[in-house]
Amino acid sequence: MPQVVIDRSRCKGCELCFKVCPKKLLRRSSQLSARGIYPCEASDPTACIGCLQCVLVCPDVAITVEDDTDDEQPTRK
Amino acid sequence: MKYQPPHALQPVSTHYCAGCGHGVAHRLICEVIDELGIRERVLAVAPVGCAVLAYDYWNFDVTEAAHGRAPAVATGMKRCNPDKLVFTYQGDGDLAAIGAGEIVNAANRGELISVFFINNANYGMTGGQMAPTTLLGQKTTTSPAGRVARREGWPMKVVEMLTQLDGVAFAARCALHTPKHIRDAKRAIHTAFVTQMQEAGFAIVELLAACPVGWGVTPIQAIELVEQQMIPVYPLGVFKQASSPVSLPS
Amino acid sequence: MAGNHALAEGAIQAGCDAYFGYPITPQNEIPEYMAARMPEEGRVFVQSESELAAISMVMGAAVTGKRAMTTSSSPGISLMQEGISYLCGCELPAVIANVVRGGPGLGNIAAAQSDYFQAVKGGGHGDYHLFVLAPASVQEMFDFAFWAFDLAFKYRNPVMILTDGLIGQMMEPLTIREPSWPRATPVSFDARDWALTGAAGRPPRSFKSLFLGDGVLEAHNAKLQAKYARAAATEVRYETVATEDAQLLLVAYGIMARVCRETVDRLRARGIKAGLLRPLTLWPFPTAWLAAHAAQFAHILVVELSCGQMVEDVQLAVQARTPVSFYGRAGGGIVTCQELTAVAIERLGIKETS
Repeated sequence: MPQVVIDRSRCKGCELCFKVCPKKLLRRSSQLSARGIYPCEASDPTACIGCLQCVLVCPDVAITVEDDTDDEQPTRK
Repeated sequence: MKYQPPHALQPVSTHYCAGCGHGVAHRLICEVIDELGIRERVLAVAPVGCAVLAYDYWNFDVTEAAHGRAPAVATGMKRCNPDKLVFTYQGDGDLAAIGAGEIVNAANRGELISVFFINNANYGMTGGQMAPTTLLGQKTTTSPAGRVARREGWPMKVVEMLTQLDGVAFAARCALHTPKHIRDAKRAIHTAFVTQMQEAGFAIVELLAACPVGWGVTPIQAIELVEQQMIPVYPLGVFKQASSPVSLPS
Repeated sequence: MAGNHALAEGAIQAGCDAYFGYPITPQNEIPEYMAARMPEEGRVFVQSESELAAISMVMGAAVTGKRAMTTSSSPGISLMQEGISYLCGCELPAVIANVVRGGPGLGNIAAAQSDYFQAVKGGGHGDYHLFVLAPASVQEMFDFAFWAFDLAFKYRNPVMILTDGLIGQMMEPLTIREPSWPRATPVSFDARDWALTGAAGRPPRSFKSLFLGDGVLEAHNAKLQAKYARAAATEVRYETVATEDAQLLLVAYGIMARVCRETVDRLRARGIKAGLLRPLTLWPFPTAWLAAHAAQFAHILVVELSCGQMVEDVQLAVQARTPVSFYGRAGGGIVTCQELTAVAIERLGIKETS
C-alpha cells in the first residue's frame, strides 16, 4: 500500500500540495515546526493512492511516497 | 518505495522561499540527470541571483559565474571538455538583462550546452525589482506604479528570440505550476540534455516559475498568476527541435 | 618575429590549452595567430563576443584545470576586471596579456604604460593581486609566457603580462626553446586533485567567491593575503645595470627600461655614474632591493610612458631616504635617450660646462 510521508523539517508550508491531492489527504498541521511554520500533514497517510501529484509540485522535496508492497530497498542510485 | 529524491540532488533544505519555483526546477534537472546516468559527467554553472547557492544543493561539479556570464563560462568548460555535459542555470535578470550578450552569442555559436532559464518576472534575490520579463502593469519595487511599455519596454520573449538563431537546436518554454506542466517541463529538460549528448546544438528551456514573495502574494495565488497572467504573455511549447528524434520518458 | 606573435607562440609552447579573445588594436596579431595555430595543435580557440565574455570563457576553462589565456589592450582589459576579480576570488590560474595603449577612454593606439595602477593595485573589486610581468623584448614576450603559466599554476592565481604596443609590434630575432629563466618552481599542471572533472568516485566540487557565513569571507581573505605574502617573498625578479657605484638610479620597466639602459651608457660616457633598476615583476615589486639600496643614490629618477604611476611604488619603497622624481610622457610620445640624458643631468643639479 502506498503511504505518503512528509518531512516536517523540510516543509516550508507553501500548501501547494493541498489542492493537487485527489483524496484531499493533505492539510495544515496544528503544530509548529522548527522553522516556525505550520507544515503539511496527511490526515490519513494510508489512504494515499500513490499518484505522486504532491511530490511533483512540492518545491522542497519534503514529500515522499513509500509503498510497502514493493520489495525494492530504498537505496539511492 | 514509490518516490525517492534524485541522487543528483543533495539531501539538504534550500534557502528558497515557500512556494518558490526554483526547488521544483532543481529537482527536475536532478531527476533527469539520474535517469540519463550522467551525474559524474555533468559540469554546471550557477548564476548570480536567487540560485547563486545552487552548488550547495547539487551533487555534481558546479562553478559560479559573474552575473550574466554563465554562457561564456559554460563555453570555456565545454570547448575544453567536449566529453562532459555542461549546463547553465540562470534567472531572468542574469540571462535576459545583464547577460543578454552572452546568451545570444553562445546560442548563435551553437555551443553544445543546455540552458535552464527561470523566468519569474522579477529580480528575486535583490528584493523584487523589475526584470526584462516583468509583465506590463506588474508592480515591482522599481516599477512601483506598474510596468508601462512606453517607459520600461515590453516583456522580453527570450525563447522566441533565440529560436531565430541557427545555432539553436532545441528551444522550449514550460511552466512549473501544475503537475501536468511539471511533467512537460521534465520532458523538455530531458530533451535539452539529449540535444547536447547528440551534439545537435544549443538547447534552452525557459521555465515559468512562481515568486510568491517577490510578487507579494501567497504561493497558491502565485501559481494562479502563472496560469492567468504569465502564460498568455509567454506561450508554452516547443519552439524549435532540430535534433534527431528522441524517445522521451513517458 | 613580432612581439605579439612571440607571445602567442610562447603560450602555445608553454602548453596553453585554450585561448579566448576579442579583437582590439594593438594586439590583434595575437588572436589572429592563435586562430591559425591553436587548431593545428588540436587546442581551443574561440573569438568571444566581448572581453567580458572572453575572461569568463577563460574562467570556464580554468575551473576544469586547463591552461587558459586571453589577451587584450587597455579598454578591453578594463572590461575584463570583472572576471579577473572572480578568478582571484575563486583562486583560479589564468594568463592575461595587456598590450597597453594610450588612455583614458578610447585613448589612442600608441604604446603606453598607463595601466600600471590597474594591473598592480588590483584593478577590479576586492582585495587581491595579480602577478604582473613586464617583458622588454620579443624574446621575453616568448619566455615570459612560460613563466606566466608557471606562476598561475604554482599559486592558482591569474598572471598578467603587462606589455605595450611597441614591444607587441616590433620585430627582433627570437630563439624558440623552453626558457630556463625566469621561471617559478615547483609547479604542477596536474589539476585532477582540484579541478571540476565530473564528480566520479569523489564528492562534488565547486568554485565560488561568495562566502556569506559569519567570518568566512574574512578567513578567505586572510588565506589570499597569506598567499600573496608568500609570493612576494619568493617571486620578485628584477635586473640591475651598473648600480654598484651609481649616484643616479633610473627605474623603468618594459620598453622604457631599454631607453634607460642606453641612457645609462650615455650618462656614463659623460662621467655621470648612472645605473638602472628594471623590475621584471611589477607585482610583487622589488621593494626590498630599493629599501636596501636607496641611501647609496643621490637621486632616483623613475621613467614611465604615463603621468607617473610606478613612481609611487618607488617612493613607498624608498621612504624619503633619497629624492625620487618622475619623468614620462603619456599619449603616444616616446621618451628618447637624448631627452632623458638632459633630464637626468638637470635632476642631479649638474651644470655642464661643455
